[in-house]
Amino acid sequence: MESLGIIVAFYLLSAIAVGGAIGVFLASDLIRALAFLVLSFIATAGLFLTLSGDFIAIAQILIYAGAIPVLIVFAVMLAPLAGRNNGNGLYLVPGLALGAAVAVTVAFVAVDVEWNELSGALLAERDFATTAGAIGDALVGRYVLAFEIASVLLLAALIGAIVLVREDEAT
Amino acid sequence: MTVDLAHYLTVSGLLFGVGISIALAKRNAIAVLMGIELMLNAVNLSFLSFSRFSGAFAIKDNPLDGHVFVVFVLTVAAAEAAVALALSVLIYRRRETVDLDRINLLRW
Repeated sequence: MESLGIIVAFYLLSAIAVGGAIGVFLASDLIRALAFLVLSFIATAGLFLTLSGDFIAIAQILIYAGAIPVLIVFAVMLAPLAGRNNGNGLYLVPGLALGAAVAVTVAFVAVDVEWNELSGALLAERDFATTAGAIGDALVGRYVLAFEIASVLLLAALIGAIVLVREDEAT
Repeated sequence: MTVDLAHYLTVSGLLFGVGISIALAKRNAIAVLMGIELMLNAVNLSFLSFSRFSGAFAIKDNPLDGHVFVVFVLTVAAAEAAVALALSVLIYRRRETVDLDRINLLRW
């Protein structure tokens, strides 16, 4: 992709996404960390848009930047005595070392490997105007079994969450 | 100057590394969950960039397999977040803390 707008958008959104993720680590309050997390997710949705994934970008904003933060805020607010301290535990140094090692390894492999990459006209074939219709066709066509299993998984998670936090009146 | 697969994979790797650091280093169970969500998100980014750039998956009539995979990852992430937060509320109700260093019931 050579267009200047895409290049500027990529670097800007990547900086916001990674900076937001680091903000989650550094924030002292859990709710502030959550705000940084939402910032990072929205920037990642922008990166999805530069990859021509409009449906995924909107789903990302709806689910990751909308629904999951609401759940997390509920969990934080329902546990008032637990505190909102976003402190570090016993594994700060190993955690940082492992994270840095993974990041450096992935970056090195990504730059070093000669990827079988599309370019020019073949790449332009993947400039989709919209992807929602094709994704829907694939979901109820080729991937219909996985689609059904995902619906059962969601139902199980729904029932499981309700059963777990239900007040037990019998005992 | 151009943006290609390596750039997106590098950003994905950085996000994943920060997510691992958060998931391992934080003491609060909810902060650990945030780290896991960041890691899933980084994986979604690499799925979409391979779907766009890679010639290895150039299936003529199904160019959007990577996108379908991301839809399933989103589903699983939503289910996982709901169950994990229900568990943390439950642990809080029993022990009045979600501090992972102090939840050691299973310690031998």
